[in-house]
Amino acid sequence: MTARGVLVFGIVDDGQLRPATAELIGAGKALADDGAGPLTVALLGAVTDAHGEAVDRAGVEEILLVSSPEPSFEAHVAEAALAALIESRRPSVVLAGHTVDSLGFAPALAARAGLGFATDVSGIGWGEDGASARRGAYAERLTAELDFPGRETVLLLLREGAFEPATAAGSAPVSRLDLDLAGAARTELVERRTPPAGDVDITTADFLLSIGRGVEDEEQVAKLEEIAAKIGATLSVSRPLVDAGWVPSDRQVGQSGRTVAPKVYLALGISGAVQHLAGISAAKTIIAVNSDPDAPIFAAAHYGAVADLFEVATELQQQLG
Amino acid sequence: MKVLVPVKSVAQIDGEPLLDGAAEVSPDLLEWRLNEWDEFALEAALRLVEGDGGEVVVVTVGQEEAEEGLLACLAKGADRAVRIWDPALAGADPLAVAGLLARLATEEQPDLILGGVQSSDSGNAATAVALAGLLDLPRVAVVAGIELDGDQLTVERELDGGAIEVLRLRTPALLTVQTGINEPRYATLRAIKQAKAKPLATLGPAELGTDAAAALALAGSRTVALAMPERGEGATMIDGPPSAIAGRIAEIVTAEVGS
Repeated sequence: MTARGVLVFGIVDDGQLRPATAELIGAGKALADDGAGPLTVALLGAVTDAHGEAVDRAGVEEILLVSSPEPSFEAHVAEAALAALIESRRPSVVLAGHTVDSLGFAPALAARAGLGFATDVSGIGWGEDGASARRGAYAERLTAELDFPGRETVLLLLREGAFEPATAAGSAPVSRLDLDLAGAARTELVERRTPPAGDVDITTADFLLSIGRGVEDEEQVAKLEEIAAKIGATLSVSRPLVDAGWVPSDRQVGQSGRTVAPKVYLALGISGAVQHLAGISAAKTIIAVNSDPDAPIFAAAHYGAVADLFEVATELQQQLG
Repeated sequence: MKVLVPVKSVAQIDGEPLLDGAAEVSPDLLEWRLNEWDEFALEAALRLVEGDGGEVVVVTVGQEEAEEGLLACLAKGADRAVRIWDPALAGADPLAVAGLLARLATEEQPDLILGGVQSSDSGNAATAVALAGLLDLPRVAVVAGIELDGDQLTVERELDGGAIEVLRLRTPALLTVQTGINEPRYATLRAIKQAKAKPLATLGPAELGTDAAAALALAGSRTVALAMPERGEGATMIDGPPSAIAGRIAEIVTAEVGS
C-alpha cells in the first residue's frame, strides 16, 4: 500500500479549536511513525495564526489554515473543504473527531467520494495492507476489526478520549490555503442558544448519585433525589431521563450533557452507553449498581454490584443518611 | 408532502457470543427490535404529515425479522413500508445501505427524509447522512426540534453540552433525529391488527436496478474479525444482599468524600 500521508482535519468553531484536536494529531503521528507518510494538519474556520501554533506539535510536517466564509461551523462548507483537500493531496488516511459536527458532513463525503470510512473509531493501525481500525459492535458488547480494501483514502472519525494527545512542541511551517467555499453553505444560522444555568451545578459536585434507564417512573426519580440529598450527594442522570422529561437537562451527564469530575460517581441503573461514559472519564471512583450483569458500565467502573438499584439506594440512605 | 423514514431493526446479543475469530455473530444469538432513534424519527414524520397532510413511507434494509419493525411503524401510522433485502447483504455497512436507500429515494422523491441519529447496535451515525450525500440533499445531523413552513425548515441542531443551534434550510432535505425530540406514540391494538392490511413491499436489489455485489462494492469498510473487548481490570464486584452492598458503598464514599 502506497503511503501518501495522514491528514488531520480540525474545526475552528466560534474562534475555538476543539481540545480533542490534539488527540487526532497524536493518533496521526502514530500512523506516520508506522509508515503511513507525512502528517499534515488542516484547520477550517475563522482561523488565526494562534490556531496554527496550537496544533504545531512534534511530528507535524505541515499546517494548513483554511478560512471559512461562515463565522461558525457549517456542515456543507466543511464537506466541500475536506473534499477539496482530499482531491488535491490524496492522503492515505484522514482523521477527524467523532463529534456532532463531523456527523453532519463526513458520511456524506465518504459516500460521495468513495472513501474508506469508519466512525467512532477507538483504535487505528497502519500496515502492509494500509489502514485498519477498531470500533465497537453490537452495542459495545464486541469490538470489530475493520480494513478498507481498495480504498485510496480512508476517512476515520476518532472517538474522543480514546487516543493520547500530542503534547511535544513542533516546528512545522504554517501556510494559508485558499479554497473556493463561497456558496457551499446550505443552511442559514439563525441563532445559538446555550442552556440556561440551573439551580445545581453537577460539574463541581464531589459526590454524584447518578440514575438512568433502570429507574422506572417519575415517582422513583423524586424518591432518589430525596435519598441523594440525605446522603450528601447531588443527583445527576443519563440521557433517557431527560428525554422522558423527568429531569431538566442541566442534570445530564455525558457527551450531549455535562462532563463531570466527582470524587465518587455512584451510577444506579445506568447501562453505560459510550455517550454517557464520555462524561465520566474524569471521575475518581466509579461505583455501578445494575441488575444486568452484562451492562457495559461494569467495564468502566471501579466497583460494581449486580442488584436492584432501589433496594441498594434505600439501604444506603439508612447507612449514610 | 411525502416523508421517507429509513429505519433499522437492531440486533441485540442474547447470551454469550462464541466468536473464535469470526466476522459475524451467529444469527441464533440475536434478538431484533426497532432502533430507538428511529421511533423518534417516525413520530416526527407522523406529526408533520398530520399537520400538513401527505404520506409517511418507512423503508428498511433488513432480513425477514425486520418486517416486525416495519409492521410496528405501520401500526403507529406510517402509510406504506418497503423492505429491501438480499441474503448477501447481511452485515452491509452504512455506505452500502445508503446506496440502496438512495435508489429507493430516487424513485419515491420524498420532500423530506427523517432518519435516526444512529442505531443502538452499531452506532455508526452514518447511514442517513451518507444518503443525503448520495442524493445531494442539504442535511442537518442531530436534530432536537423541527418546524416546517411551506418548503422552509427551521430546525434545532444539538451541540455538545446541551447547547442548541437554530438553522434554516429548504426542502427537499434530510434530517437525523435525536431522542427526546418528541414522545413517540404507542399503537392501539386495533391499529396493530390493521397494520397487516397496509402495503408492505419487499424489493431485491434487482428491482432497484442493481445487484447485491454492486451494492456491497460501495461499502466503506470490511469487518475482518469480531472480538470480546479488552475490559482491562474491570470493576471489583461487591457481592451479597443489598444491605451488604450498601455497606461497602458507604465505606468507599466515606473514605473518598469524607462524611
